[in-house]
Amino acid sequence: MIRFEHVSVSYDGGAPTLTDVDLTVPEGELCLLVGPSGVGKSTLLGTVSGLVPHFTGGTLHGRVTVAGRDTRTHKPRELADVVGTVGQDPRAHFVTDTVEDELAYGMESLGLPPETMRRRVEETLDLLGLAGLRDRPIATLSGGQQQRVAIGSVLTTHPKVLVLDEPTSALDPAAAEEVLAVLQRLVHDLGTTVLMAEHRLERVVQYADQVILLPGPGAAPVVGEPAEIMAVSPVHPPVVALGRLAGWSPLPLSVRDARRKAAPLRERLGPLAPDPLPAAAGDQAAVVRGLTVRHGRVPALDDVTLSVRAGETVALMGRNGAGKSTLLRTLVGMHAPSAGSVRLGGVDPKSTPPSKLLRHVGLVPQDPRDLLYADTVAAECEAADGDAGAPPGTCRALVAGLLPDVGDATHPRDLSEGQRLALALAVVLTARPPLILLDEPTRGLDYAAKSRLTEILRGLAADGHAIVLATHDVELAAELAHRVIVIADGEVVADGPTAEVVVSSPAFAPQVAKVLAPLPWLTVPQVREALGGTR
Amino acid sequence: MSRAGRREDALHAGAWWLWALGLATAASRTTNPLLLGLLVGVAGYVVAVCRTDAPWARSYGAFLKLGLAVIGIRLVFAVVLGSPIPGTHTVLTLPEIPLPHWAQGVRIGGRVTAEGLVFALYDGLKLASLLVCVGAANALANPARLLKSLPGALYEAGVAVVVAMTFAPNLVEDVQRLRAARRLRGRPDRGLRALLQVGLPVLEGALERSVALAAAMDARGYGRTADVPRAVRHTTSALTLGGLLGVCAGTYGLLADVGAGYGLPLLLAGLAAALAGLWLGGRRSVRTRYRPDRWGPREWLVSASGAAVAALTIWANDYAPAALHPPAVPLTTPMLPVWPAASILLGLLPAAVAGHRAARPEAPPAGRALPGSRPAPHDEIPHDEFPHKEAPK
Repeated sequence: MIRFEHVSVSYDGGAPTLTDVDLTVPEGELCLLVGPSGVGKSTLLGTVSGLVPHFTGGTLHGRVTVAGRDTRTHKPRELADVVGTVGQDPRAHFVTDTVEDELAYGMESLGLPPETMRRRVEETLDLLGLAGLRDRPIATLSGGQQQRVAIGSVLTTHPKVLVLDEPTSALDPAAAEEVLAVLQRLVHDLGTTVLMAEHRLERVVQYADQVILLPGPGAAPVVGEPAEIMAVSPVHPPVVALGRLAGWSPLPLSVRDARRKAAPLRERLGPLAPDPLPAAAGDQAAVVRGLTVRHGRVPALDDVTLSVRAGETVALMGRNGAGKSTLLRTLVGMHAPSAGSVRLGGVDPKSTPPSKLLRHVGLVPQDPRDLLYADTVAAECEAADGDAGAPPGTCRALVAGLLPDVGDATHPRDLSEGQRLALALAVVLTARPPLILLDEPTRGLDYAAKSRLTEILRGLAADGHAIVLATHDVELAAELAHRVIVIADGEVVADGPTAEVVVSSPAFAPQVAKVLAPLPWLTVPQVREALGGTR
Repeated sequence: MSRAGRREDALHAGAWWLWALGLATAASRTTNPLLLGLLVGVAGYVVAVCRTDAPWARSYGAFLKLGLAVIGIRLVFAVVLGSPIPGTHTVLTLPEIPLPHWAQGVRIGGRVTAEGLVFALYDGLKLASLLVCVGAANALANPARLLKSLPGALYEAGVAVVVAMTFAPNLVEDVQRLRAARRLRGRPDRGLRALLQVGLPVLEGALERSVALAAAMDARGYGRTADVPRAVRHTTSALTLGGLLGVCAGTYGLLADVGAGYGLPLLLAGLAAALAGLWLGGRRSVRTRYRPDRWGPREWLVSASGAAVAALTIWANDYAPAALHPPAVPLTTPMLPVWPAASILLGLLPAAVAGHRAARPEAPPAGRALPGSRPAPHDEIPHDEFPHKEAPK
């Protein structure tokens, strides 16, 4: 269905982003594209829809054919009836403003008859569970809903090929499962070919028929069965890491397969207990009592009571739109509580001027770019020192610690997602706030960047910082958090040690916990350490 | 359940625009502040009853503020630059700046009379009422839906306009987000400097979004054209160009004294040619339309009520010119003429025709879930980023 023949892509005569890609994606397969950040996954996806090079510029050598059409001679709009593309940010995808019109837009462009359009819109509304939202303005939908609308909007033209760039990264585990269930159904029932790039392999790898691994920038891709590729891939989900650790063959890709092989491992681990994270017994860094926050008439948070101690890491979990971001923003004084109180070490965030609040709490927002204004890293650091009243060079020293190989003159926009996050974190840390908040920090990070972030945050917690992170990433929560707080509809529905909260919930349990249940192991490093001790 | 504006209940966007243009025409034909106030009240009431919760429906407040600003500016000009209206009631005297003789007729400062102020107020009020009428149409009719009624040949230009219009709200949202982020850097989030410093990142973001949108539109088939024979293409260009020339020449003929004879036929011929050109041009576009708005009895009623208000007010200019234009010199208390006022109240008809359907409580239709997956329980939860949705009742 999709054929790459010796494809190389380079921009502006620089080093090629892709070299010598030569592979075929057969019809009706779900093909997963994996690799670390910055190896050209998005570029490879772009060549299928023709956006590379027709839209983005750059030079493409070789040939890409989709359903027999050569992308060199067909512009993206002439491929619109065979390829459906959804990019990383669904909001950048929408042309119209209501759900129903959005679903119809592609078909209108192709000139399908009105009766066909009506029928397909109804079918798609049902297929994606969007019927209740058909008249809603798109801007009022949650992230998961928007992602489903974006997928639906390309499905209505009945494309033979669906190209998706990180379709589940921004979604909570349940919404991600919904989207994946839809993709499964398309592949199984309609014979659609799906080519998808995704960092969160634990969510998708078991559904893939074929995996394309781009091992490094400019390196030739490796193609094969998922299990084969995962055995050598630098990026892999925890279940694969566990399988590699235990020496299972063939490598299990799903929790189910792993559980069937895990009996001996469970036996070995039975008498052992995971090293507990050192308990935090510091002072109260934040105390929230009976907090209610309203957006207009809608209660976004309802009677929330919680506290965070110094040295403690707390993960906030819950669906898209449950109120996690609102809670974080209330902690930095962006929302006024309509009832209840927030105290940060004796300070009320709403009434404290920003220049003082900076020393009590720091928030890294969902998009770290919001925090960065300057056009070089050095200027950004200087500004941060000035804002925080810190001695000159404080921020630069922090950046050097978090990002050893980034030069002073680099533009923050040229950094990778992970590097940008680290820079924003350094900017926030310059004022040495005892409480650090992170909103969805692992969005768009590959496993390497994620483990670096984990180390950094562990170090900060050990230094006595209290850390609160809102996240959908159950693996991150399992590795980092002392405590997990689950929020639903603006209320706290669970608050307790990570092992207890996470293991009892099917949606929030990390893969290792599912494989080794009922034993209390959460992460691969825990298991590795314990096994190392017994040898 | 919020008034999400069900598609079946939505009135044709064109009907709302005709109604609003009718009110605007009426507003342009009177300077009586009581009648103008009544018009604004009528428009406001209909908006309050009929509008939905959609983002574009919130623009009404902005138009009201714009109207107030217009009145303010008009008054300031009348005070500073003086007014040609002769008056005897001096309110205050500003120091007059002496100007050289070549600037005769221009005056800065000087005497400010009550008559001049009243005249400026009436004038500003008229302009503000026009703006409020346009704002009402904007709040009641989704601007994007109007596109669906454009001829195919103009579609692409129309999309460009709509995309440009969504640009502004996105920009405002970006500014708000980035100003909030400034707080996190410990900088004040209010004031002009804050606004200026987020300017560059906001523009960068807007540019990036535009490029991403263009890519998405291209990938979804925007701008696909059908193959049309060369002859048809050339005929299209010839008809459109020739038609427009004809329209220009015809209009000139009608307005100038010399060509009254050939003016009208030329204008009509030009119009016909231009329309034919548009129709032929539409053949190049392969687009079809999904559920175009229907023009039914409700649409007739709404647009007729606007037309009636306009026609009756124009007629009132004949039978009661003095009541519609209360003189500023000498100062008189404006009276509310009964019949013109009654005719303006006809503009309330849409509130009865469209209002009760929009306000009808609506049972949330249950989204059918996929087999094997759970139903989506977060369907009704507003996303963190969008705190504007109304509470489920």
